[in-house]
Parts: sequence; structure tokens; C-alpha cells
Amino acid sequence: MTNTWQDIKNADVVLVMGGNAAEAHPCGFKWVIEAKIHNHAKLVVVDPRFTRTASVADYYVPIRPGTDIAFLSGAMRYLLEKDAIQHDYVRTYTNAALIVKEGFGFDEGLFSGYSAEKKDYDRSSWDYELGDDGFAKADPSFQHPRCVLNLLKQHVSRYTPEVVERICGTPRDKFLMVCDLFASTAAPDKALTSLFALGWTQHSVGSQNIRSMAMVQLLLGNIGVAGGGMNALRGHSNIQGLTDVGLLSNAMPGYLTLPKDSEPRFADYMKTRQFKPLRAGEVSYWQNYRKFFVSLQKSVYGAAATADNDWAYDWLPKLDVPNYDILRAFEMMNSGQINGYICQGFNPLQAFPNKQKIRTALGKLKWLAVMDPLETETACFWQNHGAKNPSDPSKIQTEVFMLPTTSFAEEDGSLTNSARWVQWHWKAADAPGEARSDIAIMAGLFRRIQAMYRKDGGAFPDPILNLSWDYLDDAHPTPEELAKEINGRTLTDWKDAAGATVLKAGQLLDGFAQLRDDGTTTSGCWIYTGVWTERGNIMGRRDAFDPRDQGLAPNWAFAWPANRRVLYNRASADLEGKPWNPNKPLIAWNGTKWEGIDVPDFVPTSDPKAGVGPFIMQAEGVARLFARDQMREGPFPEHYEPLESPVLNLLHPTVSSNPMARVFDFDRAQFGKVADFPYVGTTYRLTEHFHYWTKHGLMNAILQPEEFAEVGEALAKEKGIGQGDWIKLSSKRGEVICKAYVTKRLKPMMVDGKPCHVIGLPLHWGFTGAALKGFGANTLTPFVGDANTETPEFKAFLVNVEKAPGPVA
Amino acid sequence: MTDLQSLDITRRSATTGTPPDIRHQPAVAKLIDVSRCIGCKACQSACMEWNDLRPEMETFEGSYDNPSDLNPAAWTVMRFTEWENEAGNLEWLIRKDGCMHCSDPGCLKACPSPGAIVQYANGIVDFISENCIGCGYCVKGCPFNIPRISQEDHRAYKCTLCSDRVSVGLEPACVKTCPTGAILFGAKEDMTAWAQERIVDLKERGFANAGLYDPPEVGGTHVMYVLHHADRPSLYAGLPDKPRIDPLVWLWKGMFKPIALAGLGFAAIAGFVHWVVAGPNEVQPEDEVHGREILDHKDEK
Repeated sequence: MTNTWQDIKNADVVLVMGGNAAEAHPCGFKWVIEAKIHNHAKLVVVDPRFTRTASVADYYVPIRPGTDIAFLSGAMRYLLEKDAIQHDYVRTYTNAALIVKEGFGFDEGLFSGYSAEKKDYDRSSWDYELGDDGFAKADPSFQHPRCVLNLLKQHVSRYTPEVVERICGTPRDKFLMVCDLFASTAAPDKALTSLFALGWTQHSVGSQNIRSMAMVQLLLGNIGVAGGGMNALRGHSNIQGLTDVGLLSNAMPGYLTLPKDSEPRFADYMKTRQFKPLRAGEVSYWQNYRKFFVSLQKSVYGAAATADNDWAYDWLPKLDVPNYDILRAFEMMNSGQINGYICQGFNPLQAFPNKQKIRTALGKLKWLAVMDPLETETACFWQNHGAKNPSDPSKIQTEVFMLPTTSFAEEDGSLTNSARWVQWHWKAADAPGEARSDIAIMAGLFRRIQAMYRKDGGAFPDPILNLSWDYLDDAHPTPEELAKEINGRTLTDWKDAAGATVLKAGQLLDGFAQLRDDGTTTSGCWIYTGVWTERGNIMGRRDAFDPRDQGLAPNWAFAWPANRRVLYNRASADLEGKPWNPNKPLIAWNGTKWEGIDVPDFVPTSDPKAGVGPFIMQAEGVARLFARDQMREGPFPEHYEPLESPVLNLLHPTVSSNPMARVFDFDRAQFGKVADFPYVGTTYRLTEHFHYWTKHGLMNAILQPEEFAEVGEALAKEKGIGQGDWIKLSSKRGEVICKAYVTKRLKPMMVDGKPCHVIGLPLHWGFTGAALKGFGANTLTPFVGDANTETPEFKAFLVNVEKAPGPVA
Repeated sequence: MTDLQSLDITRRSATTGTPPDIRHQPAVAKLIDVSRCIGCKACQSACMEWNDLRPEMETFEGSYDNPSDLNPAAWTVMRFTEWENEAGNLEWLIRKDGCMHCSDPGCLKACPSPGAIVQYANGIVDFISENCIGCGYCVKGCPFNIPRISQEDHRAYKCTLCSDRVSVGLEPACVKTCPTGAILFGAKEDMTAWAQERIVDLKERGFANAGLYDPPEVGGTHVMYVLHHADRPSLYAGLPDKPRIDPLVWLWKGMFKPIALAGLGFAAIAGFVHWVVAGPNEVQPEDEVHGREILDHKDEK
């Protein structure tokens, strides 16, 4: 989230699209209700299915799964055509005025630079035209035909209301009604908040779905302001923390990136991480990259990381492919290239697409170690549960280890919520049986592996032997010790201007501004610096004081970065530093410095007259309507059909789906055709359950006991399916036999003149736990990933449905 | 009857007598704002937790209603109704169902067992299980079809409005857990006033018939609903438009009971008169002979 959960109450319009906040985030949803009751906000839900969020919305608008970019591009076209944009904001705070290189173009579904042979883009033309001074050229009068705003206008001009209706199946009047609601927040003192989740990410165009909305928000001037922003509602209490501390296969903590094998030397690595400003006087905060990187290496390798060995750069793995994401990992297991797997806090047999492929891949492993508080399906993949898990244990050689772990309530630690609040929690109960904490298990594993390297040597022992392991008890590093290590320390005495010692060597740092690139500071994750300082555990703060009652609560826990509650908050003030919305100010220029109820996301003493851009992380200082080369499938979002779609792309049938989507050949062969699988399937979660965990709890099982699928009344009638009847759902990858919920909440949409039926599959049931056994929706879903994040396309695929004679064992 | 004062009981089933009445107890109410309920079932979960209830796990039967109905171990359930309004737009009406805690409770009126059903001064209607004889008259007496008789212990069960929590100054468990503030609890007067504000908001949002459900037919209730369509409560999974206590209860309590009691009295008096006039019923010598014959025949066989 750019903003906070509580800040949602400041919104004038709440858009829930690409998510189902009431159902998946019922506790946070209270702030939407607050916005409605106390701010007279309008709630609009755009979703293929009438959800529980829709049940309390002012407006519900249907949309075909996988067509959000068409919808939002249509909205951008509308806003630009009606001139319903916040002009000063767009001109000054976005890259609308910057001029794009001559070679950039878009034709028949492809941007410039595509190579059919390589199936990849040369993205060099996706950039600004630079002047002789090395800075990007701009035309604030928007006369230049290649300024971003004009290119954007041209790009979205194809998305007329008629085209939107034909692609999305959204009735035109409803689409225009949403556009009007968007437009109402172009006023400087009005804000729209966008609440989204997996309904946008789990597509082959997931990242671009979100970009599209971010662009709408930029045109409306709704980023950085109270009640605005792009608010990703994270699906797990600590999934934000997972990405923050670098548990992505191509990332290191704090969104630093792993080196590629084309960067063998530290100098090569740093060459592409200079982040020189693209316009005069801009902050381009990533210029400090080296400080963050060196401090991280000092944290990981301690004294062994020195200037002489380039801060142990050689000990880092170098990627030979863009990343080893989960889809790639299972592809490699399935093809025999990975044969051992430590599965920690993850249940891929339920959670990843094409269950049969996952099951087969696990069966090819030599060993599998599962660390989890629960007996997961993955740990039991080898068991035969009939049609619901047709494994033959006699044919599976995988040795499976189950290592029971503590759950969050059985240990101290921190959880980072959607609003980037790093909150400490305290152990509530002892773990049952032989369960150990994840830290204890990993420490035990590390110490044994290190001992083996020490004794036997090995091809490359340095990274293991030199790892810093400085804890009171080597076998049991405590959460407190790790938190302090992540925060970082100074390795030398810090003196203030008067020469007085502020911090002694070894003491904890206050913030990332103190980090240095000379090896005298450490930090395990630069954006978390400040979580545990010499003042104590900042994450443990529980002061609910809330200045102006605007939902920031600055003394509650710690929000990264720098305890900032609303990102880009400089953009909440106008060119002179006055809040756009005087009733809900965040920060303002007082003549000498920036001050307000939030920590300024800006140089605190930077006079607005200097004209420094508010988006200080960007080299150009402004937000990007044109993404340069940062997105793999193009600098503007473009509508591409899901890999399995009932129709060809209306705009460019020859390039129907995302040319850069993650698809392996093995999986391309397992895509279904519309003739065999004529309906659109989509998957989702129900309030009563959390993923595949809570089915282990009796009470949750009582509230939603059994697997089912939602089928619209029209389709049910066509197929002779009655309420609660047994049905067989099939895709090219498998079959699910479950009960039907015949509902008015799914209606056929008219897509280019033809009815399109959507079938919904809640995904919670498997073959372990207290609830009744089920197949799991991932039996049907395709092994396809987003082009940028490799997130699987769970939200749009092809299925068939027919009446089934009855249940199967 | 000492508990009448200490527990602030104002009515007690099948009991005559006047309860003490000098202590001040404001009437309480739970306000369920259907327009902000998201049907998450946290209230069901909290109810199970607080009251240590674990209803049997059922199956999926074509709606999100689970358990599918109230039962002795499910004192509250969400009822989901898909309804297409006059404009052709779908509304998904979600109502938390459970005891309404009527000011004039049909269950208490119908109950023949002394002290099995009581009403506290704050308005809560509670079942006192040890006095319950499992006759099921409360089920018949309830205009909202709420009480359920357990097949295990043959006693009646329903929502207590967490009378145990309320008596020590806590809100009911469902109120505490509701994430959207759709369930509120307080003085009935305050709840009614807040409901009026909500109704103004709903009317502004186009629900012309928004209103408060506090049906006068049962003297008002201590569980009230804010409804978008207060003109048609029955849209919400059959919430009675005009709840009324079954006439049979009136018949039983109003007419039948005195007649039956008179009948009993008449039989007693007639017996006494017969005893006075005809004397006691005694064994005669011919009866003794007859009895001996029967026993002898039995021995022969």
C-alpha cells in the first residue's frame, strides 16, 4: 500500500477492482465502511462476480476476467478526452511532458524492438530523448508529438466505450458511470483509493493491470494524497515482509537485485546501478544504492567483506536466467534438473497451478523436506486419496521429511502488514510436540552444512564458511538478535558537528540515512533501518495517537521507509508546497522546511521553488506514465487476452496474448481450446477460510465445509444443472467433481456479441484437514506466469462443465 | 424466588407473582445494520467460541448458509438471499439470524415449566436449561422460529444475547468480533437514535424505504435491524413482515388454561362430593373370591 489501512476512510471514492476486500480482508474493510459512513464515500466494485464486497457497494459493475487493462485504458481515454485530469499534477509530477525517443512505436500488438526469433524485446527504444546535457528533454506545453502525454493519448485512443464493451462485456452505461466517478476525483481536494489484490496480480498481464490503475491515479492526482493511492491488500499477514527482506528469487533484502552472470565484477554490477538523475537537480535516491549494498554485505559477511574483496561480491550467486521463480523451479523438478527441495511455509501442491504437474514433479525428487506447522498436502503428496490425489506410493521414491514448526502465535517476531507497518508480536503459547521455530531449524541446518564444508572442503566453500554468525547461542539465534541485525549498526564511533559522540561503535543505527559505502555500517535490509534502535524496539510501539485523526498513527510500530505512512506525500502539496486538499493535509512547506503529520517523502529543506520532483526514487523525479524499459512487455499497458481465452484479441488477433508471458513449452501443449472448454474459469477465496490452512480448524470447516463451484443461473439452465447438483469441471489439465452453487451473482456477459459464461471456483479444499476432502481449484489452472513477476494466471482460464452422476471417492 | 431480585428478572415462565421493581435497568438492544454487514460469519465463529458450541459439520447445499439452519449448537446463522430489485440490479441481502429478544416474548408466554424462560429487566430473554422440560412449546410460541430442541438432552436452546457477558458489563461476543461494526450493542434508546442516522444515509444512497425493524407486534425487540427495504422485511430470508405470537398460545394462556384449570378443580370437587356422599371405595367379599379364582387358574397353567 502507498497509504495506510486507516487512511482509506479519507477517500471520496473507493474502487475495489482486482480484489474482493470485504471477503478477503474483512478486518481492514472496516475502513471502507468508515469512508462510506463518515466521509460519504461511494464504493464501486468492478468484478466478474457479484461478491460480498459488492453486497455493500453503491455500484456493482461486471467485467470479463482478464480484461482490466482494456477497461482502465478506456477510462484513461475518457479522462483525457473529457480533460478530467488534475493538470498541474500531471504536468509537474508525472513524466507526461518528457519526450520519448524517435524509434519508439507500437504496431499490431507489439512495441518497437520485438524479435520474433528471440521472442523478446530489445527495449532500448523505450526511453526518453536525452539532450546534450544528458538530461531528458521535456515539453511542458505538450506540443511535441512524442511527449509522453501525446503518446499516451494516441495509445489509449483505440479503447472507446464501444471497444471496452466488446472486450470486457461491461455494459457501456456502467463503464461510463465508473469513468464519471473516477473523473469526480480529478478535483485537487478529492481522492479515490484503489484497493486491489490477487484479482489483478494473478494474470499473465498482472503487473500491467496494476500499472494501468496507477496511471489513472496519476492522471487524477490521487497518488501521495490522503484517501488516495494504490493499495495492494496483501494476502498473508507477512507477505509484505517476505518481499521486503528479499525472499524473491532475483532479489536481495530491501529490493536490491541479485547480480547477473553478465556482471562478473562488482564494477560491472554497479555500472547499471548508478541511478544518475535524468533531470537537473533531481534527488534520484537510488544513487545511494552502493551504501545499501555494502552495508548489506557487511551484515552478511562481517569482517570478511572488505574493500579489497569488493565487499565479498564474488560470493553472491549470479543469475544465468532472469530469475528462478517457483514456476521455473517446478519446471526444473519436472524435467529432473532439481532433485532436492526444502519447502518452508508453502504448500505448492495446493497453491501452484496444474496440480498434476506439481504432483509429478514432487514425485521425481530424491528428497523433500517440508517445514510447516500443519500436515500439508505437499508433505503428503505421495499418498493415494483416490481421484482427489491419485498417487501410487509404490512408484514414488522421494524421501519426505516433515519438520514441524512453530506458528506465529508460538514465537516472538515481526509481521509486516500491507501498509508496510513492521509490527512486533509476542509469543502467546508454547508449540505442541516436537515443533521448533523456523530459525532453529535453519540454524541447525546451517551449522551442520558449515561443519561439513569445514571438514571436507568443497567446490566453493567461501560463502558458507565466511557467513557472519554472531549470536549468543549459535544454535538458536533469537528474533531480537535478528531484528537488530536487520536494523544495522555502526562499526565506528559517530560524532556530531560539535565532536560529541552520538553513537558508539557497535550501537544500533537510527535510519538508513546513516548508512555508508565504506564498510563502517551494517544493515540487513536498508528499508528496515529504524526498526530497533538504541531507543529500543520501535516495532513494539503501541501508541494509537493519531494527529488530525487521519489514520496515520505515527507512533504505532514502524512503517518503512523511515516511519513514513504515506509514500510520495510530497505530491499531496501543490507546486508552492500548499496541500491540494486543505482539509486533509499530510505535509506542507512552512517557508523553511517541510512539516506536517507525516514524515516528508522528500528532502525536508528542499524549497518548492527549486522545482525538485516529488517522486524522489525515480531518476527523473516524476512518476511514470511511460515506464521506460522497466516492464518486460511494454512501456504502456496493452490489452492482451489470457493465455487461455474464449476469444481472440479484438485489437490485434495475431498477437492475442502477452508475448512476454512466462510459458514453458511443456505447458503450452496443455492449453485447452475454446471448442472443448467453452467457459471462463476463475478462482478465489472465501471469507470463511484462509488459503489451505484453516480447513484444518473445525470451526472454519463448520462454516464452509465442502468444495463447490459457482455457476450462473443461465448456464445452469442450459446444462440442466440444479441447485446443489454434482458437476464435473474440466480443463485440459484435469477434472474437479464438486457441488454446484447455482447463483444469480454470475451472469453471462456479452463479449463482442456472444455470451460469455464465467464459472467460479473457491480454492480452499484439499485432502488433509478437518473439512470434507476436495480436489483443489489448481487441478484446473494453467501453468502460466505474469511477464514481470511470474505470478500464475489463476484468474482466467478455460473450463467445461457438465452434470456429474455423483461424488467420487 | 430470591433470584428475581439478584438477577433482575422481571418475568418468569409459568409463574405468577410480582417481581421486585425498584432497581433501575435501562433496556439494552443489539442493532444489526444489514447495510454494512459483509456476511463474513465472524459473529457465528465468536458465538461458537464464547459459548463453547460446535455444531455438526454439514455439507454444501447450494448457498453460503452454513450451518444451514439454527440448531441447538448454532445460535446464530447468516442467511444469504439473492434478490433482483425492480431496477433489475442484484442485491445480496445478508441477515444474521437469531433470537430477537422480544419485549413480549412468545416463548416465555407459551412455556409451561416454571422458570424455564425468564426475561431480565434489561430486556434479554434467557432460557434456564435446568428448568426446561423439552416440551417444545417455546418453539410454537416464537414468532421468529428461533428455539431448537436438542435431541441429546431434550432441552431448548437459543441465543442468550450473551447475558453472562452483558451482566458483567461486556458486549455480546458477536458484537465484539464484528469487523465492520455492523453489529452494535448499547441502550436501546441509543441504538434507535443511531439507527435513524444510518437510515438518513441509506435514503441518500437511494434506499427510499430504509428503516428500523423493531416490530411493535411483539412489543418491540431487543435485537433490531437496519434494513434497506424496511417495507419488506420478508425479503431478508423470511424475516416476518408482521411477527405475531401464534393464536394457539393465546388460546392456551388466555382461554384454555383457565378452562383446563377449572376442569381440574371441578374433578377434585366432584371426587370429594362423591366421597362424602357415596363413601370411600372399598374391597367387597365377592371381589376377594373372584381374585382367588384368577390366581388358581394361573397356577394350573
